[in-house]
Amino acid sequence: MTYTDPAAPETDPPAVDFPQRKPGVPFPPPDYADYRDRKGLVLSQLSDGKRVWLVTRHEDVRAVLTSPSISSNPEHKGFPNVGNLGVPKQDQIPGWFVGMDSPEHDRFRKALIPEFTVRRVRAMKPAIERTVDAQLDAMLAAGNTADLVADFALPIPSLVISALLGVPPADREFFESRTRVLVSLRSSTDDDRMAAAKDLLRYINRLVEIKQKWGGDDLITRLLATGAIAPHEMSGVLMLLLIAGHETTANNIALGVVTLLANPQWIGDDRAVEETLRFHSVADLVSLRVAVQDVEIAGQLIKAGEGIVPLVAAANHDENAFECPHAFDPSRSARHHVAFGYGVHQCLGQNLVRIEMEVAYRKLFERIPNLELAVPTDGLDIKYDGVLYGLNELPVRW
Amino acid sequence: MRITVDPDRCVGAGQCALNAPALFDQDDDGLVTLLTEPGADQYDKARLAGALCPSGAITVHEG
Ligand code: HEM
Ligand code: SF4
Repeated sequence: MTYTDPAAPETDPPAVDFPQRKPGVPFPPPDYADYRDRKGLVLSQLSDGKRVWLVTRHEDVRAVLTSPSISSNPEHKGFPNVGNLGVPKQDQIPGWFVGMDSPEHDRFRKALIPEFTVRRVRAMKPAIERTVDAQLDAMLAAGNTADLVADFALPIPSLVISALLGVPPADREFFESRTRVLVSLRSSTDDDRMAAAKDLLRYINRLVEIKQKWGGDDLITRLLATGAIAPHEMSGVLMLLLIAGHETTANNIALGVVTLLANPQWIGDDRAVEETLRFHSVADLVSLRVAVQDVEIAGQLIKAGEGIVPLVAAANHDENAFECPHAFDPSRSARHHVAFGYGVHQCLGQNLVRIEMEVAYRKLFERIPNLELAVPTDGLDIKYDGVLYGLNELPVRW
Repeated sequence: MRITVDPDRCVGAGQCALNAPALFDQDDDGLVTLLTEPGADQYDKARLAGALCPSGAITVHEG
């Protein structure tokens, strides 16, 4: 017979390994389904020994991301550090507002919102189409094979963001080459990435100075004109836009192409964009949080100072939120997915990404209708290190 | 049905303007504005926008 001492302290559930992508294990990992079925939340441990709570149900992820007792600020004790996105000490750059809470955060967000409205990003569509066409021209001119990550998926978001920021055309190649180093985990070392980040910061600071003097029809000029953001905060804001929007978008473009080639009936249907975002959920480990007051989520008490990791890939494959979540089905209504997070930090660039992905798939399959993978699907070079899920390369031919 | 919007809470994610453009728009500051109260054929769209808004800036009053 078991005896429970009513005065004994509540025992924690046994801790599970921290989620890490591994060869041979599909993404999202089958463990997530098991975690969703458990009562309360799932306790895990980071490599530094810190306790963190994994949140896997759609409803609970939304609750965490809107709770006033839960913070995005990495300076709070207990904030989970799951590895870096490739850039050192990014959260220490002033203006890095994804790591701030309301109301401090809102000053930055409010100043930027007008740049990313549905109407504003739709107006950018013709320029995005020209960028995508130019990439395809270069690919087609070079032969009948390509690495779709290096030749297509990575340059598109970099060129789009550099146009938005007002990087002069002559500097875009420099800008693109430096941003590429930041996200190429395989071919660049930590030192390379540090050097590239420094180059970019220096460049961005110079660009801000130039815009202060001469101005132009671009985001930096307009942002300076609002007066809401101090010049010394601009580099953090601009680096955030660059980093938040580069690899995330590239990974979605590349993974989406693989999925469309496997499900060709959906090629040409723009609904594939939303379903790709949900299905792949590349930013699974991005929305990290820490409790700043004791708070209860899903009946589990989270104590102040404990880390929280809402797993958006788990939430986006929750049967209670999506029917047959493991099927790629663009005809479903996937709009309530949390691939862009939820709450006040929900992705600022989401409407821009939707257009970039839509144009990228449309143009790619229109101009290269006989595109095919040059490697078997089980031989794809998946990113196991790094925070974001994606591909290191994607060899294709036509 | 009646809708109220709270631009102070709005974070400009644009879910409303994207998914229910007949009912919602974003003003020059990128914040939500209600274009019109929903007709009976727009109730579903209004509920969708209310459910998608990440910041609780849209409230749908049923009935
Ligand atoms: C498919 C591509 C993308 C995905 C999956 C994605 C995902 C996300 C997620 C999950 C967050 C929330 C982070 C959190 O809760 O802490 C976020 C925030 C953010 N994203 Fe994106 N993102 C993408 C593309 C972009 C682009 C293209 C831009 C800009 C050009 C961008 C700019 C931002 C910014 C500025 C934030 C911080 C917003 C805030 O703190 O208020 N993202 N993104
Ligand atoms: S969905 Fe909500 S947060 Fe986004 S623009 Fe509309 S009201 Fe604002």
